Amino acid sequence: MPAVSKGDGMRGLAVFISDIRNCKSKEAEIKRINKELANIRSKFKGDKALDGYSKKKYVCKLLFIFLLGHDIDFGHMEAVNLLSSNKYTEKQIGYLFISVLVNSNSELIRLINNGIKNDLSSRNPTFMCLALHCIANVGSREMAEAFAGEIPRILVAGDTMDSVKQSAALCLLRLYKTSPDLVLMGEWTSRVVHLLNDQHMGVVTAAISLITCLSQKNPDEFKTCVSLAVSRLSRIVSSASTDLQDYTYYFVPAPWLSCKLLRLLQCYPPPEDGAVKGRLVECLETILNKAQEPPKSKKVQHSNAKNAILFEAIALIIHYDSEPNLLVRACNQLGQFLQHRETNLRYLALESMCTLASSEFSHEAVKTHIETVINALKTERDVSVRQRAADLLYAMCDRSNAKQIVAEMLSYLETADYSIREEMVLKVAILAEKYAVDYSWYVDTILNLIRIAGDYVSEEVWYRVIQIVINRDDVQGYAAKTVFEALQAPACHENMVKVGGYILGEFGNLIAGDPRSSPLVQFNLLHSKFHLCSVPTRALLLSAYIKFINLFPETKSTIQEVLRSDSQIRNSDVELQQRAVEYLKLSSIASTDVLATVLEEMPPFPERESSILAKLKKKKGPGAVSSTEQEDGKREGGELNGGGERGADSTIAASNASTPSPSADLLGLRSSGPVSAAPPSAGSLLVDVFSEAGPAAPAAAVNDDGFLSSAPPSVVSEDPAPPMPQSDELLHKFVCKSNGVLFENQLLQIGVKSEYRQNLGRMYLFYGNKTSVQFVSFSTSVTYTGELQSHIHELSLNVQTKPVEPLVEGGAQVQQVINIECLTDFSDAPLLNIKFRYGGALQNLTLKLPVTVNKFFQPTEMVSHDFFQRWKQLSQPQQEAQKIFKASHGMDKEVLKGKRIMENFVCAGVIQTKAQQVGCLLRLEPNAQAQMYRLTLRSSKDTVSKRLCDLLAEQF
Amino acid sequence: AKSSRSNTVRQGKLRLQKWYTATAERDKKKMVRELMQVVLARKPKMCSFLEWRDLKIVYKRYASLYFCCAVEEQDNELITLEVIHRFVELLDKYFGSVCELDIIFNFEKAYFILDEFLMGGEIQDTSKKSVLKAIEQADLLQEVCDVHLGLL
Repeated sequence: MPAVSKGDGMRGLAVFISDIRNCKSKEAEIKRINKELANIRSKFKGDKALDGYSKKKYVCKLLFIFLLGHDIDFGHMEAVNLLSSNKYTEKQIGYLFISVLVNSNSELIRLINNGIKNDLSSRNPTFMCLALHCIANVGSREMAEAFAGEIPRILVAGDTMDSVKQSAALCLLRLYKTSPDLVLMGEWTSRVVHLLNDQHMGVVTAAISLITCLSQKNPDEFKTCVSLAVSRLSRIVSSASTDLQDYTYYFVPAPWLSCKLLRLLQCYPPPEDGAVKGRLVECLETILNKAQEPPKSKKVQHSNAKNAILFEAIALIIHYDSEPNLLVRACNQLGQFLQHRETNLRYLALESMCTLASSEFSHEAVKTHIETVINALKTERDVSVRQRAADLLYAMCDRSNAKQIVAEMLSYLETADYSIREEMVLKVAILAEKYAVDYSWYVDTILNLIRIAGDYVSEEVWYRVIQIVINRDDVQGYAAKTVFEALQAPACHENMVKVGGYILGEFGNLIAGDPRSSPLVQFNLLHSKFHLCSVPTRALLLSAYIKFINLFPETKSTIQEVLRSDSQIRNSDVELQQRAVEYLKLSSIASTDVLATVLEEMPPFPERESSILAKLKKKKGPGAVSSTEQEDGKREGGELNGGGERGADSTIAASNASTPSPSADLLGLRSSGPVSAAPPSAGSLLVDVFSEAGPAAPAAAVNDDGFLSSAPPSVVSEDPAPPMPQSDELLHKFVCKSNGVLFENQLLQIGVKSEYRQNLGRMYLFYGNKTSVQFVSFSTSVTYTGELQSHIHELSLNVQTKPVEPLVEGGAQVQQVINIECLTDFSDAPLLNIKFRYGGALQNLTLKLPVTVNKFFQPTEMVSHDFFQRWKQLSQPQQEAQKIFKASHGMDKEVLKGKRIMENFVCAGVIQTKAQQVGCLLRLEPNAQAQMYRLTLRSSKDTVSKRLCDLLAEQF
Repeated sequence: AKSSRSNTVRQGKLRLQKWYTATAERDKKKMVRELMQVVLARKPKMCSFLEWRDLKIVYKRYASLYFCCAVEEQDNELITLEVIHRFVELLDKYFGSVCELDIIFNFEKAYFILDEFLMGGEIQDTSKKSVLKAIEQADLLQEVCDVHLGLL
């Protein structure tokens, strides 16, 4: 095609552009622009009506000025006039101006909408396309309101031109993205899905973007697209490179459409229909085979298009995660790319392998490439590629290669780009902790981290090493020795001083026997760093000193001397001064016993999720944790127990020092103190679970002593009735509920309110008398049955009930508080027996108390890789319990919506009991077609897996 | 490919930009500035993809022009690279060996071509012929109109 005449007729515009280009300075340019703006403004304001051509020219100039980066605050009206013109060229410029400059300006939108409405009904395909483009470009809610109903009709109408269909599909997509509530596909659904069969490849290409988006949101309604997509894909994949004419791109048949089809399939689980699935697997195999064929062209476009399809196919294979053969082939293919001369391919291969590493089928295959990846980390010239290599090493790390990978990452850290150092530090710290077999290796690694990249070691990292050292007495001596050695370096990082100060203050005694690290030597070493440190570190060191006085009485006078010096006791920093004063006083007046109590060794920290992991997640954004896990974790956690915030660390504070900001504060561990020390916080029922008088039970407490004896003997001697037949069903109602009506008959209603935290729970029972006659001799008791009784010495639950008043007036309600402590895991619920006399007749009923083991469940956040790793670790048959069952409530749309991996919900958590914590992993695979679920539970304890599986299976 | 925007940059001068998500004008300017810095700092032979904010940048340099697309996390990088190439091919075919000046002086045409190729960040048609045919038809309409105008 010959070059078109440029700027058709708009000479003024070309002149203006040349002027701007000829400007020698920024100032000159601004001057020229201002002149032009003034000119245009006066033209627009002038009384002489402008003809369409001039309007077009001026609007174009404004557009150009805008594109140079200047603000444009007028001309919109003229543009709207233009788009309502019936001259194509004016209309086009009008729409362009609106598209580029208007996001959503409600005043104008109404006028624009009018123009659009006219064009949409004009039946002129070119005008219709312009109007659709404008809607898609602006995409505002007002436009969605005006046109969301009309566009689906245009899209599926038999007489719509192909080009208009394409525009309509993408326009609708844009509206759906901005205002999904306004775009209702309803009756159009199946006709839209069938656009996948359209003869015109352009229509299919445009429509599939819309279908993919709709499928993600409403997978069920659009699921017929799976088989259509597979057959379309199969036709493309098996076609010769020239079959598709203009849709062949550098000898690759329809690469864009292929990628989109493969992406659409990733919205669904593997096809259930064997034939469809077979055909799809064949396609995937063909795509993998083609990667091995010699290229049909040397052009990079050919290989890019071909590999784009390949990577999308691999993404689908990983998404299915069910075809070991394909997964391993994908991994081998990516392995080849790892050494490809194209940087882009190396980058993508590293990235894609990261996801392969978390599949149990391909994890081992990925691991075989470790040397190549390490090499990439060392030799790649592009930092973004090195970053991918580091990510992959992190993802492929497990117990077998942790030492090698951590060592490589550490050595890379010495030269790593500043931009990724902090993340690298976090990763090393996490891997070192996760795969530590002996903790001396862990301590070495973290100290190395501080040595190599001290500036990038965040608080979380050094807090963590201290937590771990305190919790494991097998590593304390080693840690003391190692920090002592590390501190010998003339210049060591302040973080090292912090860790050193803390650890020597706690465990310096473990190495004090060696004269080379005698107490005084230790102290002098620490104190030699003191003056170079910042205030918080100095404060920490002062706490270490007072601990020294307790550990080593022989250092007392030296340290008191230091504390007494003006630079401490008169320090201008109030925190340091206070510490010096208080520690000095404490050491002089307290007896050895008191000192020993106050300065006792830190108690172990409660085990919980590593704060480093949380930090990495925060750094990486929500993407680091798959949305499925996060959401499910939350849902599960929120409903199964009423988890509240942890209490403050008063125990730690007391055990450490008496200053207002004790060293526990320095560690920032406020949030991990033992829960028993929680101070009352407003609104929590659980504050003092086992203290005497609960907030709502004063009446019961008063009667406490006399109750049993005052109750009529006839009632007490009456054996409790056997559990009612419906008690199991009632129990299941409360598995995921903490409040509600437990039981109701004509006489009595029993309501429940409960709250759980860790291994403790408090339940309120409300007994309502529905009659107008009083109940007398009202009594309740909680008993154990089954295994609970047989293990009497090893009670699973410690249940304390507060007695209720023996009289319940007609229409009145009495309340009973029950405190529950979970000692070990359990299967059977305790029985609640209720007896009373109503009009002389004895009522005796027994229910199951709605306490189930899942109430003591605490959700854990976990990245998908960790999840599957742990999943694998719990692979012994007795650790797993599985059930396949029919969905009893139908498949909840709300739950299915918005999940990328719909066939696989996972969640993780810990059952908190007094005796132990039992980690549990759950996987729920819905099969929407069959309306069945498969629920799999794995945990470190067989009884827990089994019980949870039984309980939860009833819930779907 | 859901490119939230694509644009063409030269030595710190923006020649063409298109946004496919609603963004405030101030944020746009900030993002453009930031993006230019990042992309212009890249050396040849580096890979064409980089992570930026929560998006992925796919860019390619043609002579003095950089073409950049910002796409979402799950989008396919290689095919986005070819989106850029196909756009350049379209410009080239339309203008007849396109150069930067063509894009400067006929920026509105460049927009029309881009719009004909991508809509709302998604590919409307991948066929070179179809896209160019649409543009040609529009040009034809334009001429008819101009003739019409001339007669008046």
